[in-house]
Amino acid sequence: MGLMDFFKKKSSGDVAKDRLKLLLISDRANCSPEIMEMIKNDIIKVISKYMEIDAEGLDIQITQTESEGKNGNVPALFANIPIKDLKQTNNQN
Amino acid sequence: MSEVIVITSGKGGVGKTTTTANVGTGLAKLDKKVVLIDTDIGLRNLDVVMGLENRIVYNLVDVVEGSCRIKQALIKDKRYPNLYLLPSAQTRDKTAVTPEQMKKLTDELREEFDYILLDCPAGIEQGFKNAVAGADRALVVTTPEVSAIRDADRIIGLLEANELKRTDLLVNRIRMDMVKRGDMMSIDDVVDILAVNLIGAVPDDEQIVISTNQGEPLVGSDALAGRAYMNVCKRIMGEEVPLLDLETNNGFFSKLSSIFKKN
Repeated sequence: MGLMDFFKKKSSGDVAKDRLKLLLISDRANCSPEIMEMIKNDIIKVISKYMEIDAEGLDIQITQTESEGKNGNVPALFANIPIKDLKQTNNQN
Repeated sequence: MSEVIVITSGKGGVGKTTTTANVGTGLAKLDKKVVLIDTDIGLRNLDVVMGLENRIVYNLVDVVEGSCRIKQALIKDKRYPNLYLLPSAQTRDKTAVTPEQMKKLTDELREEFDYILLDCPAGIEQGFKNAVAGADRALVVTTPEVSAIRDADRIIGLLEANELKRTDLLVNRIRMDMVKRGDMMSIDDVVDILAVNLIGAVPDDEQIVISTNQGEPLVGSDALAGRAYMNVCKRIMGEEVPLLDLETNNGFFSKLSSIFKKN
């Protein structure tokens, strides 16, 4: 991981992978990246009321998950929200 | 216990027909009784890839409409005792067949055959719906390109909605030299993005073009793609076969055979 790597251009294979990952999120959600961004911002707003979170590190994705009721996969919204500090609040709910 | 497998991709030109021909021929070589159905009505191709284009009398639409019996339309591949083709109609369009009719047809064929392979047309319209209607499982073919992977993802979603028992992924036309350079997504990248079970990877091999020119599927030959397809067939039958090392462009046998090859 020298200086050379730092300046090196990203390989086109990696570019393709990153582009696809973003693209498929919106394809699967059937909504645009803008709407995903809005959902993300709203989640940040709500959670921030109760605890301090790392807004930069927040990651939301539409993926597939196995449903418990019926057999098969259903789409699911996964949110990974790193917490910086659990604030003292009188009512968590 | 027979299985109906649909070979699909969403995007055109990624190798559905080539895969159907090779997997079908491979399963027949492994002593299974196989029928290949070309469901691409109006754009039939599987017959030429199989080298059976001169033997068509009746087609899929004739069978569905009751103009002939199934047995009359099935073309027996004389090179293998257990391999049959049901060609598509060239002068009709996709609306000539309904999903219900396809389901009835595949159910009838189940009684005779171990494997029924359906070569699906590109797209997600009626042709796709027809092909998927009677299928137990799917083989999604993709190449390591953004457009093909995006379409494959859409198709996988639609297959899930159709409640197929199993969906497997075949990564076609991979070039290990480009993957090494970082200029092509690797097999792992593709599997990671699409999150389905990988049933095999087939290298970009010029022998495929040659075999298609000749109308003779490559499966089972010493060419790398031929060996990769044979492994796919074994995995379909439930055998556990390790992934082929696609980096060695020349296996021992192909080197050996190239020494003896005259032209």
